[in-house]
Amino acid sequence: MNKATNSVGEVAPQRAHFDTPLALAGGAVLPAFDLVYETYGELNAARSNAVLVCHALSGNHHVAGWHADHPKNLGWWDNLVGPGKPLDTRKFFVVGVNNLGGCFGSTGPVSDNPATGRPWGADFPVVTVEDWVAAQARLADRLGIESWAAVIGGSLGGMQAMQWALEYPDRIRHALVIASAPKLTAQNIAFNEVARQAILTDPDFHGGHYYAHGVVPARGLRLARMLGHITYLSDDQMAEKFGRRLRQEGLQFSYDVDFEIESYLRYQGDKFAGFFDANTYLITTKALDYFDPARDYGGDLAAALARTRAKFLVVSFSTDWRFAPERSREIVYGLVHNGLDVSYAEVESIAGHDSFLLDDPHYHAAMRAYFEGIRV
Amino acid sequence: MTNVLGRFDFDVIAKWIKPGEKVLDLGCGDGSLLRYLKDEKGVLGYGADNDPDNILACIKNGVNVIQIDLEAGLSGFEDGFFDHVVMSLSLQTVRHTERMLDEMLRVGREAVVSFPNFGHRSHREAIAAGRMPVSESLPYQWYNSPNVRFFTMADFEALCAGRGIAIRERHAFDDGKAVVEDPNLNASIAVYRLGKAG
Repeated sequence: MNKATNSVGEVAPQRAHFDTPLALAGGAVLPAFDLVYETYGELNAARSNAVLVCHALSGNHHVAGWHADHPKNLGWWDNLVGPGKPLDTRKFFVVGVNNLGGCFGSTGPVSDNPATGRPWGADFPVVTVEDWVAAQARLADRLGIESWAAVIGGSLGGMQAMQWALEYPDRIRHALVIASAPKLTAQNIAFNEVARQAILTDPDFHGGHYYAHGVVPARGLRLARMLGHITYLSDDQMAEKFGRRLRQEGLQFSYDVDFEIESYLRYQGDKFAGFFDANTYLITTKALDYFDPARDYGGDLAAALARTRAKFLVVSFSTDWRFAPERSREIVYGLVHNGLDVSYAEVESIAGHDSFLLDDPHYHAAMRAYFEGIRV
Repeated sequence: MTNVLGRFDFDVIAKWIKPGEKVLDLGCGDGSLLRYLKDEKGVLGYGADNDPDNILACIKNGVNVIQIDLEAGLSGFEDGFFDHVVMSLSLQTVRHTERMLDEMLRVGREAVVSFPNFGHRSHREAIAAGRMPVSESLPYQWYNSPNVRFFTMADFEALCAGRGIAIRERHAFDDGKAVVEDPNLNASIAVYRLGKAG
């Protein structure tokens, strides 16, 4: 199949407004909020074929296809979602949603605070994976989806799939947890803290109220993203992709770009700082750090998972050191302990954490087979 | 003996598994034994394999499968969690045989293993003629075989005796038929039900 025949094609985001206050894990209450989302495929009469795709740190609701005004901007998981693709939109009704606190249209720091009429900025409460999932459940209610055939996500998205299984065991039949973890390690939190410090110490941050000053903490955001990119790639892949190749002939003996890797990181950092909101970045990294469903069970993940009912597919990638296979195995053995259905694939891949967004044949074949086996 | 699964050692194994048991199938291949045990006995089954094609086949077969390197041990599984831990025609592919057996009996109440009997008459004749055996039960050339351990039923039983492993039941086959007389010479496949001695 070629691109033209297996794409969901042109799509348009939709907006749902919720008036019922949402009590957040951190104690704050959002009086009202909006969620921006996209859908692909058709909800069947039994409303049994809905799949929620949860995004990670930098993602959003635009999972597949393209928008009329940006025909080249394919959704971030377009290689997975579409007619004839592993998550087949001829069978499933797929929903992508921008999470609370996001910067792509859902209520977040860039939205106006109804109390002041100005952007929330740093006053937007820190939200958690639990809060995101609670908000997603409101959207499910709105769409008439009592139970998801599946909730899927990679990385931080996988944590949301897990949280669905924990919080709403009757509303999710399958959880696909890809390149994720039941909690971050100290090393992982450390990376997030460096990223946050880069933003928080940027002179243009202005305590999070940079909107009023007509600036953005682009330097901080850029550094945060550069650091992130280093950790999403494997050492091997960086060596293969860039090695010590020079941007131009001969060393510069200056602090301009010498090596291709420097050029790549600068480009990625600049691009990201051009469209992503720094406050959203801060919130999202905190949500990552805080997620730890075993915390209330004395660190016993298996005990936390006892209330889940969903069947799981867990996937990790051999060179992913940010969300290492070992972390995925913790989830797997916690599920086995409870006698729950789980399959686990540890995919051989050179691409590190980024692997979950690529289309390795073993990976996508496993995903395709798993989705084919889901009864709707 | 009927051959419901196309692999006669499965018949024996299936008879030893009671409805509703927890079963771990090591080197589970495409998951057909687990599929059968799930459908016929309602077991809670998990397969373990390290070949991505087998992982895919198991997912297609609708059985639980966990991709792990069996050589690295079963450390993720808890003591005594499973009623039966099965290793069907895979023990000869594992390098750390003793540790494998110990691990099977750590996580399972009983272990079930089947393996090709290197002592079969045809194999002895091949060796006597100066060549490594190639047969239905050992279908590989020496240079492309996934098997890393070559042992007879007598060897295996000696190992069990030395490690405090009780042989609770034994079946031996050749050409799909049960072998009673001198199985170490006449059987090409052996199936054992094992427990901890004492």
